[in-house]
Amino acid sequence: MMDQLFYAAEVIVNGLMTGVMYALVALGFVLIFKASGVFNYAQGVLALFAGLTLVGIMQGQVPFAHLLNAVFGTQLDRFGWTVPALLAIVLTAGVMVLLAILIEKLVLQHLVGQEPIILFMATIGLAYFLEGLGDVMWGADVKNLDVGLPQGISDSIERVTDSWFGYGFFIDRLDIWAALIATALVAALVAFSQYTKQGRAMRAVADDHQAALSVGISLRFIWIMVWSIAGFVALVAGIMWGTKSGVQFSLSLIALKALPVLMLGGFTSIPGAIVGGLIIGVGEKLFEFVMSSPDLAGSWFGFTIGATENWFAYVLALVFLVFRPQGLFGERIIERV
Amino acid sequence: MFYREAGDFKTTYRDDSQTFPIRLDRIGYYVILAVAVLVVPFVINDYWASAVLLPFLIYAIAAIGLNILTGYAGQVSLGTGGFMAVGAYAVYKLMTSFPEVSVVIHILLAGGITALVGIAFGLPSLRIKGFYLAVATLAAQFFLVWLFNKVPWFYNYSASGQINAPTRTVLGWAVTGPAASPAAKYLICLAFVIFSAWVARNLTRGMVGRKWMAIRDMDIAAEIIGVNPLNAKMTAFGISSFFVGIAGALLFAVYLGAAEVTEAFGINKSFLVLFMVIIGGLGSIFGSFAGAAFLVLLPVLLKNVLVGALGWPTDLAAYIELMIVGALIIFFLIVEPHGLARLWLLAKEKLRLWPFPH
Repeated sequence: MMDQLFYAAEVIVNGLMTGVMYALVALGFVLIFKASGVFNYAQGVLALFAGLTLVGIMQGQVPFAHLLNAVFGTQLDRFGWTVPALLAIVLTAGVMVLLAILIEKLVLQHLVGQEPIILFMATIGLAYFLEGLGDVMWGADVKNLDVGLPQGISDSIERVTDSWFGYGFFIDRLDIWAALIATALVAALVAFSQYTKQGRAMRAVADDHQAALSVGISLRFIWIMVWSIAGFVALVAGIMWGTKSGVQFSLSLIALKALPVLMLGGFTSIPGAIVGGLIIGVGEKLFEFVMSSPDLAGSWFGFTIGATENWFAYVLALVFLVFRPQGLFGERIIERV
Repeated sequence: MFYREAGDFKTTYRDDSQTFPIRLDRIGYYVILAVAVLVVPFVINDYWASAVLLPFLIYAIAAIGLNILTGYAGQVSLGTGGFMAVGAYAVYKLMTSFPEVSVVIHILLAGGITALVGIAFGLPSLRIKGFYLAVATLAAQFFLVWLFNKVPWFYNYSASGQINAPTRTVLGWAVTGPAASPAAKYLICLAFVIFSAWVARNLTRGMVGRKWMAIRDMDIAAEIIGVNPLNAKMTAFGISSFFVGIAGALLFAVYLGAAEVTEAFGINKSFLVLFMVIIGGLGSIFGSFAGAAFLVLLPVLLKNVLVGALGWPTDLAAYIELMIVGALIIFFLIVEPHGLARLWLLAKEKLRLWPFPH
């Protein structure tokens, strides 16, 4: 029984770490939603695109090589150089800013004042487009990403916990780093929106588009800025998840995990995204642990089930929303005829 | 010149409110129906049936279903793939449990079962709406797919986890299983399409449809003028899921023959049907057909042009298809939110005045 308790504790700690990763993706959603009212389904694909671009730049891949080879019959593949990780990250951030400008110009500008659900569907279209674009540009094979973050099970934590409790905790070092970086990122974002001029302008736009326009704030600039920041957050998420499990299509699906996180935490709240992420990270790991363990679920129900992580977050969020439609920290929804 | 309504007088309310008020449209409709029933089954071959006609007909039913929910009642759903899976697994269980009952009844029952499941997952729509609801319906998508994947009872404990459609006949013709001819498969799908379109069209222009549209346009105002939101939303979820379930049953039993739930009914199916509705036209039965035809034909066309004519690799064509579909979604949302159906209406308006511009 003691062993199982320790095991549960380990599951909880790992769940917290996963929750931080979810929160990281969810943050990108919250930022865009707060500043423009756009619910950006494409955030996960942005992370995938950022990851693909980063790997592509680092390895000196020729963009669109696949397409060019097919059209002109050439044999392009690599430029033959490699770019150091830090420079590649800066360049990728530049690409994400460029992407933000293009998205604003080609999509958002034409959809000002539309209903939120239309904007949501437009970002689904954007997600499809970016996914195709990323694949055409950099190829769809699974890529390894290594920007020098430490990986693997942390030996020292295992040793220390083993001497304390007689039970070694297995914790991935990458998860610890991800938690640290996410914390720093959140602190930076909060500081940015609270203490800088642009941050104040961003909050003004979020509150009221018209009023912000009338005091001379450029809506377009703010939107580009917000999408750039979201692109940067996507880049960080892409690096973390890409290092963990390779840059591949499944990266874009983490957006689907971030959605229930947001529903739980409330769409407009940065703390909500973090708390929601932690709740869902811990909840789904613990639920999976209980349901798939023959000693717990097996002895209660007479059967065990597994792979519940796919839907647990959604069902939790769904049940929660029925009782509190605005989420944990969301603003109260007021409707008038 | 060719498209005239001059001399087409309506003398009763009945004439005035019919589905095709212009005689030329009416004749065209009967001609298309006659060709579909009397000519196509005799000239159909395997390639046309499996690449174009069957997916078109089946997705048209699914699109009609989603259009009722999203286009008419304004409740965006991303759970279509999950509901199609319910239809498929319901028809599979029915077909294997009651082999002596007609498959047509099984498909209708599968639709009914899906309707019940749809209503259950539609209950939260009373509290949440908009994209909150859209995201909440993803719960249905993931939960249902997981359920059919993990609980062996649903796939009759088969070792591969797949479900296979046994051979069943209608009027002595095999319509499911490997023995079915393309013409028989086509005709059974066509029969269900005609049934679905007819029911949907008449529901949406009656009292039920008007209640749905009132809820869509503004739910609080609708409630004030006496529309019961519980009633309207639940009928929308139920009837929509009924059609989606039939589409799922046909997709599995008639078209695919064998299915594995994560592959055949994943979240991409949900998006595909949603895109059909957006591109075809929200709130239009014709739009459901147009959108289904468009998104079924686009990959075939791209494959023929890019892979067949230009000799590009298949995977590249698939990525370019993703890009085109994504760009088209954005394009239609920006330029013509009512989709192909609206473009068709505009073309008809122009034709009525032709050759004069105004």
